Amino acid sequence: MSAELGLAALWMAAALAVLQLVGGAIAQRDPDAPLAALGRPAAMLQGFLALFSFGMLLWVFAITDLSVKLVAANSHSMKPMIFKLSGAWGNHEGSMLLWVTVMALAGALIACIEKRLPEKTMQATLAAQGFVALGFYAFLLLSSNPFERLPVPVPEGNGLNPLLQDIGLAFHPPTLYMGYVGLSVAFSFAVGALVTRQVTHEFARVMRPWVLGAWVFLTMGITAGSYWAYYELGWGGWWFWDPVENASLMPWLAATALLHSASVLAARDALRAWTIMLGVVAFSMSMLGTFLVRSGILTSVHAFAVDPERGSFILALLTIYIGGALLLFALRVSTVSEGQRFAATSREGALVFNNVMLSAILGIVLLGTLYPLLTEAFDVRVSVGPPYFNPVGAIFTIPTLLAMAVGPLLRWREDNIERLRAPVAIFIVLIVTTALFTVLAKSDIGILPLLGLAVAVGLGVASFMPLRGRDILRVPLATWGMVLAHFGVAVSLLGMASESAFTKEKLVAVAPGGTTELGGFRITLEGVEPVAGPNWTAMEARISAQRGAGRPHVLTPQSRSFWAPAQETTESALLTRWEGQLYAVVGNQADDGRWQLRLWWKPLVTLIWLGGLLICLGGVLAIIGRLVADLRRRHADRREAEEREEMAALRANASSPTANWEAV
Amino acid sequence: MRALALFLAAMLAMPLAAQDTLPPAPYAYQQLEDPAQEAKAMELMHTLRCLKCQSQSIADSDAPMAGDMRHQVRTRIAAGEDPEAVRQWLVDRYGDYVSYEPRMTASTWPLFAIPLLLLLVAGAILWKRIGRRSEGGAGELFEEADV
Repeated sequence: MSAELGLAALWMAAALAVLQLVGGAIAQRDPDAPLAALGRPAAMLQGFLALFSFGMLLWVFAITDLSVKLVAANSHSMKPMIFKLSGAWGNHEGSMLLWVTVMALAGALIACIEKRLPEKTMQATLAAQGFVALGFYAFLLLSSNPFERLPVPVPEGNGLNPLLQDIGLAFHPPTLYMGYVGLSVAFSFAVGALVTRQVTHEFARVMRPWVLGAWVFLTMGITAGSYWAYYELGWGGWWFWDPVENASLMPWLAATALLHSASVLAARDALRAWTIMLGVVAFSMSMLGTFLVRSGILTSVHAFAVDPERGSFILALLTIYIGGALLLFALRVSTVSEGQRFAATSREGALVFNNVMLSAILGIVLLGTLYPLLTEAFDVRVSVGPPYFNPVGAIFTIPTLLAMAVGPLLRWREDNIERLRAPVAIFIVLIVTTALFTVLAKSDIGILPLLGLAVAVGLGVASFMPLRGRDILRVPLATWGMVLAHFGVAVSLLGMASESAFTKEKLVAVAPGGTTELGGFRITLEGVEPVAGPNWTAMEARISAQRGAGRPHVLTPQSRSFWAPAQETTESALLTRWEGQLYAVVGNQADDGRWQLRLWWKPLVTLIWLGGLLICLGGVLAIIGRLVADLRRRHADRREAEEREEMAALRANASSPTANWEAV
Repeated sequence: MRALALFLAAMLAMPLAAQDTLPPAPYAYQQLEDPAQEAKAMELMHTLRCLKCQSQSIADSDAPMAGDMRHQVRTRIAAGEDPEAVRQWLVDRYGDYVSYEPRMTASTWPLFAIPLLLLLVAGAILWKRIGRRSEGGAGELFEEADV
């Protein structure tokens, strides 16, 4: 019964999306039409219904209702509850329902609270949101119904891919989807503003928290996904330039550019057309990401659905939305004036530079991701991987990082570079000294890790320079956010460069009781024992790692065998120290009784994800700072309006004889 | 002659058929003695695709085929072969798909031409948007901002 209720709610939500679209469209011609007033309530109810539908899906997974096809295909009665629930979105249909639900909730939220924009623009925005949602409802209901029943219930489910049975991955997709969907809201605002020709700084202020929010979620999703790959895949790699990873990196790059450009629009009323364009591009990248992952065009761990019919469906949606938005942009861009001007040496100038560079990086990632798919269509198979992305991406990334250090120190509109002589000199000296010391310490270091280390140190210091000479207590929260986020980039970069330059690897076969050395640790294999979990059995190694005369730490890597579905995974064990991580994996036993161990010492590797967290924290601070400032400003505006009204009333009462009031 | 051809075919097919049952080749999970050679091998292995896996390099995979390829790479590097020669040997055997480092060919030139184009376009945009304006100096800026 619950599956049917969920399906019914989904159909009703789709109908409400139609209403939202029609109401918003009518409001453009006649704002007083009865249907026009329904836009906001329709969006709110749609959000509720989608949430209800998703709740029903969670429920059938929680009780393992094996008459539902999706549950039978992806769940198992013996799975721990948390993985039963996360299994609800660990598959194609469920994850699309999650996407639609998050999108409907975001629509409900803007319908509920957003009152700053002109009502007509708001209606157009909601109509755009309804239009996008409609495509996804159609996709769900027509080609990926998550609530489909089986004619005969099966006795037991197939289980979930064991690689996905992990707490990190349970929350990875929802986080990424919130990012994707936040960008859909930014897209709808951009379309609304274009339709009603209201590309103003007020529009940028309204859009900014959504872009920031989306960006925080994307950053978190990418960070978590990377850490997951690092400890779960068992080889110590944290970024593979896998198309699925690129699919999440591309919207992040576009969102990063968008949020900087929206800041210029909000603060200085410049870069209007560029901000709108980036709004369209950012959501296009989200859709493209969804297409790549969901269509089965790539086959990788993440791509569960292999079904060309769905692929063409998403491709059609992609064409309609992106093509439509670009057409609208082309038609309307001439009516969007450029906005305020600025000099080359100014905050705006630096931000334009960063925007162009980020777009170029996005172009490289897009090219490297799509090109092999393109040639494959002509039966030429090529691989594009790290040896391509790293150097080619660096051509554009390094200038961006340099601009990042200097840009925040510049004044809006026009500045004199002479004023920045001291901070720029400090920055350059830091980079050069770090590079020199690194080369002295390790002469065979690659050029990219070397540059990474040097720039990371320089940028780490430079990111705090905007605070110099200011009263720390009076610095706005949003500025702290920027400082932290930029510092986070430096921290993450330091981790990446250090990991790739200084990692030590050891592959050994060790008999129980045997010892080996790595990264200053004495590593002893104490023994290997079988252990069992709820749906797996494993060989668990007890490894003790000891540094000098310090306390020995015990690591317990496992080699797991799941039985539903039958698959082997390696569970790595990590020993985290401030200066790095010891990474241990146990492999098979050789005929002579020795066990295969894979060990890595990775200096400063945790900084990669710590930096990611700092970036997120910076984003959160920026959102809070912006919202608080906006509330204060609106409160002040209201007070001023009230005072003016009182004045007018007083004046009317006093009438003409006391014309002296005028002077006051 | 025919027997020899059959024998050769069988020899070639054997590694494929046998790889799931035989124990992994010695250098699949064993490092080379010489750290410099091992570093060379490692760097190369990170840029070779595991053909049986999904978007993983042979240095990141437990698949038997990745193990066999690691063994191949390590033994060849240990025999003194140049890493690029090993890559070429693998490309000759498995096609361009095996290497993550695309080569410039008739079908891959856009991979190298487009970044160059991007560089030019980025330069042009920057020149147009901010480069030219600065020539006008503060006077022009003031005038336009006041309009």
